[in-house]
Amino acid sequence: MIGNDRLAVRKTYKLYVNGAFPRSESGRTYEVTDSKGHFLANAARASRKDARDAVVAARGAFGKWSGMTAYNRGQVLYRVAEVMEGRHVQFCDEVAAGEGLSASRARAAVDAAIDRWVWYAGWTDKLAAVLGGANPVAGPYFDFSTPEPTGVVAVLAPQQSSLLGLVSVLAPVLATGNTAVVVTSKDRPLPAVTLAEVLATSDVPGGVANLLTGDAEELGTWLAEHADVDGIDLTGAPANRAMEFEREAAGTIKRVVRPPATEPDWTADPGLTRMTPFLETKTVWHPIGL
Amino acid sequence: MTTSSSPFEYAPAPESRSIVDIAPSYGLFIDGEFVDGTGDAFPSVNPATEEVLTEVSAASEADVDRAVRAARRAFEKTWGPMRAADRGKYLFRIARLLQERAREFAVLESLDNGKPIRESRDVDVPLAAAHFFYYAGWADKLDHVGLGTRPRALGVAGQVIPWNFPLLMLAWKVAPALAAGNTVVLKPAETTPLTALLFAEVCRQADLPAGVVNILTGAGDTGRALVEHDDVDKVAFTGSTEVGRSIARAVAGTSKKLTLELGGKAANIVFDDAPIDQAVEGIVQGIFFNQGHVCCAGSRLLVQESIHDEVVASLQRRIGTLRVGDPLDKNTDIGAINSADQLARIRELSDIGEAEGAQRWQPACELPDRGFWYPPTIFTDVSSAHRIARDEIFGPVLSVLTFRTPDEAVAKANNTTYGLSAGIWSEKGSRILKIANQLRAGVVWANTFNKFDPTSPFGGYKQSGYGREGGRHGLAAYLEGAEQ
Repeated sequence: MIGNDRLAVRKTYKLYVNGAFPRSESGRTYEVTDSKGHFLANAARASRKDARDAVVAARGAFGKWSGMTAYNRGQVLYRVAEVMEGRHVQFCDEVAAGEGLSASRARAAVDAAIDRWVWYAGWTDKLAAVLGGANPVAGPYFDFSTPEPTGVVAVLAPQQSSLLGLVSVLAPVLATGNTAVVVTSKDRPLPAVTLAEVLATSDVPGGVANLLTGDAEELGTWLAEHADVDGIDLTGAPANRAMEFEREAAGTIKRVVRPPATEPDWTADPGLTRMTPFLETKTVWHPIGL
Repeated sequence: MTTSSSPFEYAPAPESRSIVDIAPSYGLFIDGEFVDGTGDAFPSVNPATEEVLTEVSAASEADVDRAVRAARRAFEKTWGPMRAADRGKYLFRIARLLQERAREFAVLESLDNGKPIRESRDVDVPLAAAHFFYYAGWADKLDHVGLGTRPRALGVAGQVIPWNFPLLMLAWKVAPALAAGNTVVLKPAETTPLTALLFAEVCRQADLPAGVVNILTGAGDTGRALVEHDDVDKVAFTGSTEVGRSIARAVAGTSKKLTLELGGKAANIVFDDAPIDQAVEGIVQGIFFNQGHVCCAGSRLLVQESIHDEVVASLQRRIGTLRVGDPLDKNTDIGAINSADQLARIRELSDIGEAEGAQRWQPACELPDRGFWYPPTIFTDVSSAHRIARDEIFGPVLSVLTFRTPDEAVAKANNTTYGLSAGIWSEKGSRILKIANQLRAGVVWANTFNKFDPTSPFGGYKQSGYGREGGRHGLAAYLEGAEQ
């Protein structure tokens, strides 16, 4: 029998890179508190090396993830929603503590986050029809365009909405076949680590999504200038650094999503706006003849 | 020039240049009028003869400001509020006017750019007209672009275009921008301003409202002033990756939308089951079209090892029949290099190719005494590490590499910072589709090369830029969804 005086087993919150949960190679951690300032955990503070390792992992996973059938990718993302549902209480507790939300508002945020995976899971095998198609060229050629993933996308996740916001920027990157290196909310990183545990048990191949807890201000620079990162979402970039990150991203012509003036309402219908920035259009021509 | 070794003899068949009337100097086209610029004048030269064709004005920062204000006024007062169907009708008019004056545009393009009249007449000008005709039809159907109902125009577009397809690139930029309801300030390339200035006259003949299209001639400084102008909402650039980078840096931190169509180093992959004669035609079309001044040129030939010697021999035979010379001669295949600067770059990279150990081959070929010329050139024994396999030469220079397996072909093809286009030659359909799938390039031509159409999206992966021109995608680059 376990009595009420049982001492809880606390979790060590670590990074999620290449399907594994390493500590930061730098050995750094930082204190995470709830919205009232009470200690919650020491989170790993990812370093430049961790970010670079995560890019290597994301690049390595890109071929397999982007090469899956869209149906298969959709099922994997749907599986993420299924596994999240099983951890509903845990997510609610973490979101409520980190964001200072009431139980009912935390539940609404978690519900919306789970439903967002379902929504994006359903997109994987529809994008090609909606964004591509046959082009009626003026000549004897069959010509068609299809959307393809950009590649490795760095995501600076929103600072306020630690789960719904995170899912809202990560799921579209994965649904389109890209692989991701995410820097989580700095002050509210715990739901992201729990999400990483969900991803690790949801048939998402290792390396497809890599989650780094730490400081977007510090890590943003390395990711923005990294030559093997193809795109970057600056949503969670600190306002005073976003322009600099965009400039650094220009060095290798990265696709950039600029940060909004204020964090948007993540419950709104996102439409295609978070998927199209990290999609390329490929057009193929072939002669028609006998 | 005919060469003594050529198996074909042709009498000269020059197109008459009397159809064009070039003024001794031109001003800037701002707010529906030709006005004097406040910057210095500079010459535009016929690269085939080095003859000065005319003088044009280098638009100053003040001129840019004037043009952007005119475009803003037109956007707010006339073009923006206009019925969408009427905007479309203006574009249809422009398409028709381009067709009516097609020969004039073709001759002027060949004079100013150096490209063969066969290409300006059969490719550049008809495609430019087709682009206006295509986007004209979109103007009153924007609800169906895929951005939700009532998408909004962005406002004033600042557009900077290159010298390789002066009128065609103008059409790629101006037609979708206007169809979407924007107004434009366009800067043609420093060395090829004349067809853009003639286009200004077409806008007047079409009674296009003042300020909707503004044409500013000039060089890099003018382009920079335009791109950095605070009241420009959208920047569209076609040109080098280096300049593209600086533009992306310049618009960072602003709300300006940006599309970039930059350099390329396309692989043209020939498998051992390819129809060799067709492939050789495609290779020639891929690299020597427009003197190789093509961002999507098939400048890296990847040949399966077993057919390397056969393909190279056949290619050399074919290149021996290409006629290099007077751009206005209807028999000319390869015209003049666009400028002395570009010629110097082609020579430099070719010399580096030789110095790094590749074998240079050029046909016996007499070149004119005056003007800027470079013979069609093939390098064999090229490795992926050679500069001529990595850098965009932007000239009639082909680097030949080999591969053994399809995987090796794909790996080599994708081993580049660019990703604009690629070619595949094979008789096996399933192989074509598999390879097309694996190539990281925006346009893949299978058993053909260098085909373009207004309905067909064009643009690059990786450092070849972002955004697409052509089709519905090209229009979306000038619109904002109502929900955004």
